[in-house]
Amino acid sequence: MVQQFATGAYLVLFSVSTLVLISLGLAVIFGLMRVINLAHGEFIMLGAYCCVFSVKAGMPLWAAFAVSALAIGVFGVFVERVIIRHLYGRLVDTLLATWGLSLFIVGAVTTFLGPQGQGIATDFGNISVGSLNLSVYNLILSAIALGMLAVTWVLARHTRFGLLIRGTMQNAEIASAMGVSPDRVYMVTFGFGSALAGLAGAVLVPLTGVSPTLGLAFVAKAFITVITGGQLPLIGTATASALFGTIDGILAYVYSSVVGEVGLLIVAVIVLRLLPSGITGRMRSGL
Amino acid sequence: MSFDRRRFVRTASGALAFVSSYGLLARAGIAQTQPIKIANILDRTGGLNPYCLKQIKATAMAVDELNAAGGLLGRKLEIIFYDSQSNNQLNSQYATQAFARDKVDVLIGGVTSSSREVMRPIVNRFRGLYVYNALYEGGVCDRRHVSTGMVPAQQIEPLVDYVVNEKGAKKAYILAADYNYGQITSKWIQKYLREMGGQDLAVEFFPLDVTNFAPVLSRIQAAKPEVVWSALVGDAHMSFYRQYESTIGKKNLMLVGTVYGAGRENVALSPAENEGVIMATSFIDTLPTAAAKDFVERFKKFSGEDDYIGEYGEYGYRGVMLWAEAVKKAGSVKPDDVIKALGGTQFNGPGGLYTIDGQTNHTVMDIHLAVGNANGGFDLLKSFKQRQPVDTQQVCDLIKNPNDNRQYEPKL
Repeated sequence: MVQQFATGAYLVLFSVSTLVLISLGLAVIFGLMRVINLAHGEFIMLGAYCCVFSVKAGMPLWAAFAVSALAIGVFGVFVERVIIRHLYGRLVDTLLATWGLSLFIVGAVTTFLGPQGQGIATDFGNISVGSLNLSVYNLILSAIALGMLAVTWVLARHTRFGLLIRGTMQNAEIASAMGVSPDRVYMVTFGFGSALAGLAGAVLVPLTGVSPTLGLAFVAKAFITVITGGQLPLIGTATASALFGTIDGILAYVYSSVVGEVGLLIVAVIVLRLLPSGITGRMRSGL
Repeated sequence: MSFDRRRFVRTASGALAFVSSYGLLARAGIAQTQPIKIANILDRTGGLNPYCLKQIKATAMAVDELNAAGGLLGRKLEIIFYDSQSNNQLNSQYATQAFARDKVDVLIGGVTSSSREVMRPIVNRFRGLYVYNALYEGGVCDRRHVSTGMVPAQQIEPLVDYVVNEKGAKKAYILAADYNYGQITSKWIQKYLREMGGQDLAVEFFPLDVTNFAPVLSRIQAAKPEVVWSALVGDAHMSFYRQYESTIGKKNLMLVGTVYGAGRENVALSPAENEGVIMATSFIDTLPTAAAKDFVERFKKFSGEDDYIGEYGEYGYRGVMLWAEAVKKAGSVKPDDVIKALGGTQFNGPGGLYTIDGQTNHTVMDIHLAVGNANGGFDLLKSFKQRQPVDTQQVCDLIKNPNDNRQYEPKL
């Protein structure tokens, strides 16, 4: 009985953490900037490739995580300067542009890195809870995902930098009247969101491997989580991930992965029907 | 001289006749100068490409070797390649295009059973010939289809026998990909297990894009089987082998894979993740025969790649060569003539002697049981010479029923 509960808790934790991991980058960009980044899956994929190459070049795993986050963050800044900057406020145009960007990235990666999948191994082993083995890496992933959430919250809430971002999101004109450059703020925010996506890819790659089409597996779930979360990026993503992760984790454990996914989607439909603006749609303040 | 209308018409028609005479002669002449066209539809991109990348090059190498030897029936061979991108819709589109627009003489390709079942009706509609180079769940009874890969009686039966009787692992937990291959193969595993005194505790199916296997790994541990059977397919499912090693470990619980190795998992995974997986195959790079060594050398030279080739790469080569032997035997490249010549066609290939069984259009071949080792390769455990495709022979007789067109499934 205790065993089953421990297993269930572990699977739910892992499921929630995976959702937080893949959605946080998208939430920051969509929640704070109202930019729909359809290339989010490809940022994850690029982060995964970065991690694989770093590890194969001899870096320890933690360093590879940091390098991937940084590299994709820089790439995000580049994308923002070249493409997104011209399309603020134009929702359909950003959709199209980022969709085209995602196709371009997949094609470029296939051409230059080859279509074959790659991966790295982890030597983290497992720990035993009773007669059950849990993968240590899954627990590490959960810790990193929740850590990312915590760090983002602290950055937004308790630093001057976060204050500037929140202010600009609330009212860009007044912020600029007070000497903050909205342009700069958007650029840094997009870079931060991309770095989170890159880190997500890097953390996932020891479990899933990477290939040019990796992004497709994650982008749908990330979008569902962010949209259901509503307008507040952190609270919304956390609650939506908790809700979906719990449903998916329990159903997948009791029945099968397919039932878990179907359950997640059905719950998403119900929630959006009852709360069309998402879970935090009606909330006035908060992050 | 001045050009009046009469003179113009005379001159122009004369010029036209002169200019088109070459085209007329060429067409009337001889299709003999036109190359034989082979449609090769495989997944160069997408989640199923681990099975195809080497097969694409091996098919090209086989055609290259045939052309260097003078071609077939005095004509050169030409491959028209289509990348189906792991998408069955494109298999259907390209198969139709190959026959209708490009007028190919044979279709060679498809790796998944779903892509095969999508293309077979199209081949039948255009009355063509289809060579399918992959291991599969058996039972296809169609004279326009030739299978050059392993079927359950050749691959799964000796595997189950070895695991149950020699290794003593009777209680099995089965995982399979959620499409026709996984569903039918899991039935075969259950059938053989029950016949040999084993017991299947559970069967679970996974769509091709699932990468999170934590729930099923927990369920496996709770069920306490003696062996785990995997009929998982594709890039995403490769993560199962990673997660299995880090969570349970093959030292603690035996793992058998029916498609393991076909996707070059031994190269994509780490040595520790590869070590200990039991599989059955008709070709590995390190087969201790001169033919295998020679094939590996030639492939390395042809492709410029020196990493592991694997069974599916060799299938590409043997498929083209077997078809070429049938064409030579028939003296014609027309599908119906080649089909009549298929039974008894033989080729001595990298994996030994291959013979096409005329009753089923499947291939008799040598089978080996092997286990992954710590060097990213396989060690041979047992070998069986010239195993017949018994599972399909029991239900299919193309000699008696040449118009048979269906796939037979096992009944538990």
